[in-house]
Amino acid sequence: MGHFSLRRLFRSLLIPVLAVLTALVVGAIIMWLAGDNPIAAYKGLFQGAFGSARGWATTIRKWSPLLLTGLSVAVAFQAGLFNIGASGQFMMGTIFSVWVGINFADMPAIIHVPLAISAGILGGLLWGSIPGILKVTTGAHEVITTIMLNYIAALFAGWTVYAGGSQGQKPGPLWDPAAKAISQTPPVVESARIPFIFGPPYRVHWGIALAIITIFVMAWLIYKTTIGFELRTVGQNFKASKYAGIRVGWTIILAMMLAGALAGMAGAIETLGVNFKFAPEFGGSVGFDGITVALLGQTNPFGVGLAAFFLASLAAGGAKMQFDSGVSSDIIQVINALLLAFVAAPAIIRYIYRIRKSPEEKETTPKISWGGG
Amino acid sequence: MSSPTRFKKTSLIALAVAMVLIIVGIVVNLLPIPDNSMWRVLFGVSTLNFTLRATIPLALGAMAGILCERTGIINIGIEGMMLAGAFAGFVAKVATNDWPLMASLLVGVAAALVAGAAMGYIHALFSIKFKMDQIISGTFLILLAGGLTSYLFNPDSVAEGKFSPIAIPLLSKIPVIGDIFFNNPPITYAAFIIVIALHIGLFHTKWGLRSRAAGEHPRAADTVGINVNFYRYLNTTLGGMVAGLAGGFLVLEAVGQFQEGMTAGRGFISLAAMIFGNWMPFGALGAATLFGYTQGVQNALLLAGVVNIPRHFISMLPYLVTIIAVAGFVGRVRPPAAEGKVYETEGSSE
Repeated sequence: MGHFSLRRLFRSLLIPVLAVLTALVVGAIIMWLAGDNPIAAYKGLFQGAFGSARGWATTIRKWSPLLLTGLSVAVAFQAGLFNIGASGQFMMGTIFSVWVGINFADMPAIIHVPLAISAGILGGLLWGSIPGILKVTTGAHEVITTIMLNYIAALFAGWTVYAGGSQGQKPGPLWDPAAKAISQTPPVVESARIPFIFGPPYRVHWGIALAIITIFVMAWLIYKTTIGFELRTVGQNFKASKYAGIRVGWTIILAMMLAGALAGMAGAIETLGVNFKFAPEFGGSVGFDGITVALLGQTNPFGVGLAAFFLASLAAGGAKMQFDSGVSSDIIQVINALLLAFVAAPAIIRYIYRIRKSPEEKETTPKISWGGG
Repeated sequence: MSSPTRFKKTSLIALAVAMVLIIVGIVVNLLPIPDNSMWRVLFGVSTLNFTLRATIPLALGAMAGILCERTGIINIGIEGMMLAGAFAGFVAKVATNDWPLMASLLVGVAAALVAGAAMGYIHALFSIKFKMDQIISGTFLILLAGGLTSYLFNPDSVAEGKFSPIAIPLLSKIPVIGDIFFNNPPITYAAFIIVIALHIGLFHTKWGLRSRAAGEHPRAADTVGINVNFYRYLNTTLGGMVAGLAGGFLVLEAVGQFQEGMTAGRGFISLAAMIFGNWMPFGALGAATLFGYTQGVQNALLLAGVVNIPRHFISMLPYLVTIIAVAGFVGRVRPPAAEGKVYETEGSSE
């Protein structure tokens, strides 16, 4: 990590900050071209995210899943792997944790909550291990396998809560008969719910503390342990790490299991702290947003924390933006995509602002192998 | 680059699968097998028609992938290019609803092509000029297309009419084969022509030789005076057009309307078809047929009211088969050697 210098900190923040500004400006141009009022939109967005105590609460509530899926993608990037599968792993984490959460009603909360979160972590870990194992044993690229596994996870999750059909189709095992024709699980029992820090209407729960602790754990794991060293070595130089005696195959599987565990944890925390049940439409774009978060945070756990906070504020302000200015909150997905482009290709930012590349600056975007490479 | 590389084993396997499917289909449909038999469900004319309709966007997507990757540009953004094409086609169709149907549909096709080309050009620009990691650039295209189309889509707008089948004289009268292959709407025919043209183009023209050289050994290509990056820009943009046409197919020929996220992973499955088919047009077509067939069977099983297998598991078929194909064959295929690597002429680097 080297010694601390203000100049280096400035340089490492310059590109992400300019990327954020540029994405917001280009987003504004798109809104203007589409006949919307970007100023009103951004005003609503900002007020929605930070204009009130409830806004802050929403931002913080949306922070933890983005932070954890961001860490999931980032840890895979560290090992040179591209985990587009965070949304599937999130889904499996959700299903595993909701299963524990709707059962064992007699269990004390002190055991039930950790057990349900662990189940979610396990679900994500197992789902994440599949592309890792496939890559090591068959060479199948994780980009394709993780995306296919996303669809399979979504269908599987949909089946578990399926309400059944009129022609004798059996309902899924987690379906709540009390919900009748609606496909969803029964509510998570009281003892499995993550306690609130601030109760309703703020609904900020302790899951965010867990997510912040995870940042430190991941930073320690990546930068201070042998496993982390091996992970980064495999990511930086696949061939050399083989000659150095690192068990490359095992390291790749481990990285994918870690990535899956983090995304699964995100799913568990959302289920046990926010939704208290599962229905097929839950999940959304959180897996893909994890990619933007990981790249904006330059795959560093602390950077990921900051980046996730920014994306969480966009997500939190979206509803108020749409309500106040009439601009569809789908524009946030566009801004996220632009952000991804600008952080992944610092050359674009350097080109726009005519910034020279300093000689000591190293490439911050990860290198991903494809095919045999 | 000797001729055996032209049809390597896996592309032959993919082709053989497609052939077996067609032959079994013909036999089943000519024999007096009762209508409720499983054979009819799995190989009936309607299942094979479904298969063809599911295959076309996958085949076009795979051709888009081949175009880009043969020159050394990885393209995982096919999904986004397709979605952009579908949306542009839809918007153009809606805007010209009061025109004569054919003219309006053709405007839709043109818009799909232009949108796809624009996406392809952006991908090339980011990958070549700005040296963005090509896989991340592809991801950007997917997210951009998903976000922009949701943002701009007006659910109240309705496209009136879609392409109807054109029966080819004589050929469409052949039993079974005529019903399946020669009584289709125009983009389906165009797709087959594109596959054949791409094969001829890649392996029998100067353009193809130069494109492949750019993807296999750009330094050598440069040495003999081939402008590597020009071919990369050109083919990635062309690839975008073909992917855009796949999107246009979905809106203007298959569904008739636009739905958010309507590509539903087809771009990724076509990527798998390209790999399974070993970066060969006919191999990829065969693989696309296999994947298309899993979708056809899925539809047939759902329609036949098979209720003892939950529909969710039936719908997993195409995705499962894709994983199996990629896991089973990727070790046996060989991507273009210089894929994913930025090419800089001597002395031009910063």
